[in-house]
Amino acid sequence: MVTKVHMEALSPTMEEGQLVQWLKSEGEEVSSGDILAEIETDKATMELVARGDGILRKIFLDAGGVSAVGSVIAVIASADEDISGIEEGSDGDGAQQALPAELSPETIQEPEVETTSEVSATTQGTGSVKASPLARRLAAEMGVDLSAIKGSGPGGRVVKRDLEGATTASSTGAVTTMWASDENEYEDVPTSQMRKSIAKRLVTSIGPVPTFYLTVEVDMNRVIEARESMNTMLEDDGYRISVNDIVLKAVAAALRQHPNCNAQWHENFVRRFNAVHLGVAVAIDEGLITPVIRDAHAKGIMQIASEVRELAGRARTKKLMPDEYTGSTFSVSNLGMFGIQEFTAIINPPEAGILAVGSIEESAVVVNGEVKVCPRMRITMSCDHRVIDGAQGARFLATLKSMLEEPTAILL
Amino acid sequence: MSDKKSEHFDLIVVGSGPGGYVAAIRAAQLGLTAACIEKDELGGVCLNIGCIPTKALLSSALLVSEMAGAHKHGIIAKDVSFDLGPAQARSRQVAAQMAKGIAHLFKKNKVTHLRGVGRLKGRGKIELETEGGSKTVYEAKNIILATGSRPRDLPVLKIDEDRIWSSTGALMQEKAPESLFIVGAGAIGMEFADVYNAYGSKVTVVEAMDRILPLEDAEVSSFMERLYKKRGMEIHTEARFKKAKTNKHGVSVTFEDSKGDEQTLEVDYVLSAVGRVPNSEDIGLDSVNAKVDEHGFVLVDRHLSTNVTGLYAIGDVAGHQLLAHKASHEGITCVEHIAGLGHGTVDYDNVPNCTYCHPEVASVGLTELQAKEMGYDIEVGKFPWAAIGRAVASGHSDGFIKVIRDKQFSEILGAHIVGPHATELIAEFVVGRHLESTVEELEKAMHPHPTLSEGVAESALASLGRPIHI
Repeated sequence: MVTKVHMEALSPTMEEGQLVQWLKSEGEEVSSGDILAEIETDKATMELVARGDGILRKIFLDAGGVSAVGSVIAVIASADEDISGIEEGSDGDGAQQALPAELSPETIQEPEVETTSEVSATTQGTGSVKASPLARRLAAEMGVDLSAIKGSGPGGRVVKRDLEGATTASSTGAVTTMWASDENEYEDVPTSQMRKSIAKRLVTSIGPVPTFYLTVEVDMNRVIEARESMNTMLEDDGYRISVNDIVLKAVAAALRQHPNCNAQWHENFVRRFNAVHLGVAVAIDEGLITPVIRDAHAKGIMQIASEVRELAGRARTKKLMPDEYTGSTFSVSNLGMFGIQEFTAIINPPEAGILAVGSIEESAVVVNGEVKVCPRMRITMSCDHRVIDGAQGARFLATLKSMLEEPTAILL
Repeated sequence: MSDKKSEHFDLIVVGSGPGGYVAAIRAAQLGLTAACIEKDELGGVCLNIGCIPTKALLSSALLVSEMAGAHKHGIIAKDVSFDLGPAQARSRQVAAQMAKGIAHLFKKNKVTHLRGVGRLKGRGKIELETEGGSKTVYEAKNIILATGSRPRDLPVLKIDEDRIWSSTGALMQEKAPESLFIVGAGAIGMEFADVYNAYGSKVTVVEAMDRILPLEDAEVSSFMERLYKKRGMEIHTEARFKKAKTNKHGVSVTFEDSKGDEQTLEVDYVLSAVGRVPNSEDIGLDSVNAKVDEHGFVLVDRHLSTNVTGLYAIGDVAGHQLLAHKASHEGITCVEHIAGLGHGTVDYDNVPNCTYCHPEVASVGLTELQAKEMGYDIEVGKFPWAAIGRAVASGHSDGFIKVIRDKQFSEILGAHIVGPHATELIAEFVVGRHLESTVEELEKAMHPHPTLSEGVAESALASLGRPIHI
């Protein structure tokens, strides 16, 4: 069976993808589920998986090349099958002849339908937007311009879920674009030869992500006070803020001051993100998943709190959409509630850092020559050494520590 | 696609119920070589001992109950008597015909039927044990478990299909007994209650929850309970079944009623309809370390994939609502995912529920109570069939149609129908919800007159506070 390898929409907002590298080469045997290539999307580097078995007969798109979602970038077939009709980008008649006879033309068109399902809300002639009646009502009430929303329904139809994020200004791709409209998503800083050589040597020494760890102890007195007063204010509204919500806010604010820690390693450049998309590790029955608080730096604590709860709830019932757990720029893992005082977390590639948050413990500390009992919390940052050096990580942690010890600094 | 077609498949589906056979056919449509393992007749519980034969019996039961009013239509029938035997034989015939239909569909789509019991033997391997005991291992790139479920056996009520039936036993009777005791007032219990009540059995139903059809809206449950009691059924809710003792003449059953008093009845037969359990024990899950939840349902993700690469589970064995249409939908979604046709998922919030008693009961979405508990600000529209011309003309105007809408955005949160052809009418609400229509779209779409579908439009209007005919 001939299987055309398409540039797949690996993120909900992806329109084209750059081929980072092929993990299989022409002539190599592949089976369904094998990782064929790494594709760089607008959000992250994702894996492109084989959808059929056979030999990777032809590669159309070389590493570094860019191709639109839906176009053919390679062909998988058995050794003797005729693939001469298939061309790069084509998905038309030539390809059909090479497919087994039992596939009807109707069947062949189906992948097309799928690839168009993620395009932005198509405007029809007079500028009307394809949207469900319910979505129209929601948009009207919320004052949202439907044409600015990317529809996830068939043919790019805007449906309720596309607007749900807009209500809370949260996680859908659509709203992300609205948020970050006047700001570049990120900045790529070219890698110097020295950086490259440091990176290479570190990887040889320790593994694909050369990690080091920095731990600092934080006085949590002021955070606890701040939390109590916030919860008193919110009591009537039924909201609850947790210490972790405040930690998340502080991490986002501190990362804005240290963009070198809010970054990714990309061989030829280091990608520094302006926006902070925070991954929050959530334990679920079968393991863990990291839903993403998008634009955490621009959100208030209350909003972060409600989004964390909402995303974590759906994470536990396995109802997260792919864009809700991909594209984070930095992650936070908190095991304090399990009584863990201090731990190291594993970096979630391609991010360059993750913060491991321990429990708050009463301990005796010396303040101005006197022994006092204070609530203390240990935080440990795992850093990708290719991106972050020790001193940079330490400066970030110092900022974070000062923000947690004087939470009003978060507002600055 | 090679000559070894009989040994190696792109997909093997274990089980040929409405999940399995649909998955196999869809796979074949997409050009995959597909096989389906089935030890019994094709079609699974649904076609053979579930949905289809039950509906045949319920059609007979409706005719029987209509005879009471036959004289109003000028049918003067004297000495009418009712015999379950021929109705039961007809229900078997219907089941056989439908199963044959699946065999035909398999042939047409080139799906191989492997006859026997299938068990996983490691990743991508299935051992087929035929009736004769011979064993063959087949390999497949993808395996879908669609092994379904079976009636739950209570320790205090062991099903023997002689005096104590499951739904299977209840389908096989050629004579309606004088008395039948039914444990469980869900869809299965109430459908058989309907059939045996029509054929003259004295039916007693006990239910542990506080109402019959406990998954339905509370108003629907209380309406049906009143109606069945009027027909001579004895119904005990909030009752705890204690024990059953089989003797020469029947069964002595004991239960504790809602007041806490113990009651013992002598009945001819007992039907146990207390839910279903997944068939996940003897299918080789251990050989690949596939995970199940605490109730034995196979754990799957949004694409119906288990924790084992290339192994999927759909239908009853994968949990959620144990309904044929949910299984079929999962089958299609799962196969399309396997074939790389994108990332469709099943919308578990838009699964219609149907009970084919008389009048029929159908619903989709939230009940009134659920909507309130979820914090929606709601408007409820309720419209009686007695105000719909077509319903009155057909002589079936019991019941109502109830719509729950979100006050602010008019989203159709839930729809509940008791009445004639409720199970057909619910589909309009399912489509409406799927397309995210608001109540206004339903009301504005023109409904033909005189039809029952006018009730849908009127219920939508009622939820907006402006029904025309009441």
